[in-house]
Amino acid sequence: MGNNRRVRVMVAKPGLDGHDRGARIIARAYRDAGFEVVYSGLHQTPEEIVEAAIQEDVDMIGLSSLAGAHKYLFPRTVELLREKSAEDIVVCGGGIIPEDDIPPLKEAGIKEIFTPGTALDDIVKWVKENVKPR
Amino acid sequence: MTDVAEKIVNGDVRAVARLIRDIDDGMPGVRQVLKELYPSTGNAYILGITGAPGVGKSTLVDQMVSHLRKRDKTVGVLAVDPTSPFSGGAILGDRVRMQRHSMDEGVFIRSLATRGHFGGLTQSTRSAIDVFDAMGKDYIIVETVGVGQDEVDVVKSAHTTIITVIPGMGDDIQAIKAGILEVGDIFLINKADREGTDKTLSDLRLMINMDHKKYEEGNWKPPILKAQAVFDKGVKELLEEIDKHRKHLTEHCGGWQVRRREDKVRQELGDMIKSRLIEEVLGKITETGDFDEAVNSIVEGKTDPYTACDKLVLPAIGVSTG
Ligand code: B12
Ligand SMILES: Nc1nc2c(ncn2[C@@H]2O[C@H](COP(=O)(O)OP(=O)(O)O)[C@@H](O)[C@H]2O)c(=O)[nH]1
Ligand SMILES: [Mg+2]
Repeated sequence: MGNNRRVRVMVAKPGLDGHDRGARIIARAYRDAGFEVVYSGLHQTPEEIVEAAIQEDVDMIGLSSLAGAHKYLFPRTVELLREKSAEDIVVCGGGIIPEDDIPPLKEAGIKEIFTPGTALDDIVKWVKENVKPR
Repeated sequence: MTDVAEKIVNGDVRAVARLIRDIDDGMPGVRQVLKELYPSTGNAYILGITGAPGVGKSTLVDQMVSHLRKRDKTVGVLAVDPTSPFSGGAILGDRVRMQRHSMDEGVFIRSLATRGHFGGLTQSTRSAIDVFDAMGKDYIIVETVGVGQDEVDVVKSAHTTIITVIPGMGDDIQAIKAGILEVGDIFLINKADREGTDKTLSDLRLMINMDHKKYEEGNWKPPILKAQAVFDKGVKELLEEIDKHRKHLTEHCGGWQVRRREDKVRQELGDMIKSRLIEEVLGKITETGDFDEAVNSIVEGKTDPYTACDKLVLPAIGVSTG
C-alpha cells in the first residue's frame, strides 16, 4: 500500500452556469500539481456538491461561477458542510466575482476567491499552503 | 470491534469515505479494521465493467444504477481513472455522468486513481469492495479502463465481468484478445447507434467461438449484447443477462459467492501476499537506504544485481544469506 496521503480536491460548478472552461483549466492545473481532482460536472446544487465531496473524502472544494449566483451558492455550500459536520473541508472559489462581493464571501467562510487573470501557479501554491490532507 | 468497523457496518457514510481513503493511502490501522469487517462481507454482488476510455462505461454505470434502484437495491460504485505518470495527480471525471445519484442515500459513488504503486490497485480496490460490502450494499460496480494487468486482476474479483467495446474498434478488438477476453462474462457493444455495430458483433462472435472451453457442456457462454447507454437502450437487457449469469453461478458453480470458493480464495490470498511482501520488503529497504546503496554498488561495478538482490531480500524475509 505504501503510506502516502495525497491531496484530494473537488472542482465543482454550482448553479445553472454553463461556463466550464475555467473549471477545467483549474482541474488540470491541480492534477499537474499532483493532486487527485474529482470533477463534478455542470449544474450542481450545493447539496449535491457537498454530498459528493463527503463520499469522495476531499480536502477542499473549489467552486467556479461566472454567472453571478455566487452570492447565494458559495455561502450555501459552506453552510451545508457545517450542517454535516464537515467544515474541515476547505472551500475556495473563482470566476466572475465583483470586488465588492469578496469580503462578504470570505466572512461567510469561503477561504479565498480567485478572479480572472490569476496565474495558475498562484492558484496551485495557495492550495499547497492552505490545504493539508486530513 | 473498533469504533470505525462498527460505524461502517452501520452504514456511516463519512466513516466509509475515510476508510477507503486510508486504504488508498496505506495508513496504519486499516488492516485491523478490514479484519473486523471481513465477517460482514460476502453478501454483495460485484460487477466489473471494463473497456477503453470513452466507450461509455460511466454512462452505462449511471443507467445501471437507476435500474438497480428501481429494484430497490442499494449500490456502491468504484470508478477508477488513471493517475498521470508525470505529476502523480489525476482527474477523476467518471462522477460527472453519475451525478443524478448524488442525493440518493442508497448509492455511494467513489472515484479512485490507479496511482501506479506495485500491485496496489488490485489490493486497494478489493479492500474498497469489502468496505462497500460490509456497509451493506447489494450491488457493487467497479469501472476500470481495461488495459493493464492490474485492471484485469481487479475485474477478476467481480462475480460478473462486462467488457465494453464500441463499433469500429477493429484492431482494438484484436487487442482485447490478449488477456482480457477470458475474463469477460458478458460482452457489450455500446454506441450501437453508430455504424459498424454488426461488423463488430460478428468479429466478437468469431473470437469468442475460438475460445472452445466456453462451449463445453455446462459452461457459461458469454453473450454479446448491443446497447446505447446514453439513451438507456439495452441496459435492461444487460441487467437481465447479469441475472442469468448470477443464476448460472448459483446452479453450476456451487453458489454465486464465488469469492469464497477455493480457486478465488487462492488467487486473492496469493495476490495479497505478493503486495504485502513488496510493501514490507521494498518499503523497509528503501527506508534504510540499503536499496540506493545497492544500486550504487552495481553502477560502480562493485557487485552484481543477483548478489545485491539476495543480500537485500533474504534478511528482510528472515532467510540467512548462504
Ligand atoms: C468563453 C465565454 C463563454 C462561452 C463559454 C464556453 C465554456 N464552455 O466555458 C460561451 C460562448 C458558451 C458563453 C456563453 C454565455 N455567456 Co459567457 N463568457 C465567456 C467569456 C468571454 C470568457 C470566459 C472564459 O472561458 N474565460 C477563460 C477562463 C480560463 O477564465 P475563468 O473562467 O474566469 O477562470 C479564471 C479565474 O476566474 C479563476 N477561476 C475560475 N473558476 C475557478 C475555480 C477555482 C476553484 C479557482 C481556484 C479559480 C477559478 O481561475 C481562472 C484562471 O485565472 C466571458 C468574459 C470574460 N472575460 O470572462 C463571458 C461571460 C462569463 N459570459 C457571460 C454571459 C452573460 C454569457 C451568456 C449568459 C450569454 C451571453 N451573453 O453570451 C451565455 C450563458 C452560458 C451558460 N450556459 O451559462 C457574462 C457573464 C456576466 C455575469 N457574470 O454577470 C461574461 C462575463 C461576459 C460579459 N462581460 O458579459 N460564454
Ligand atoms: N453515441 C453514443 N454516445 C454515447 C453512448 N454512450 C455513451 N456515449 C457518450 O460517450 C462519451 C463517453 O462516455 P463515458 O461514459 O464518459 O465513457 P467512459 O470513458 O468509458 O466512462 C460521452 O460523451 C457519452 O455521452 C451511446 O450509446 N451512443
Ligand atoms: Mg468513465
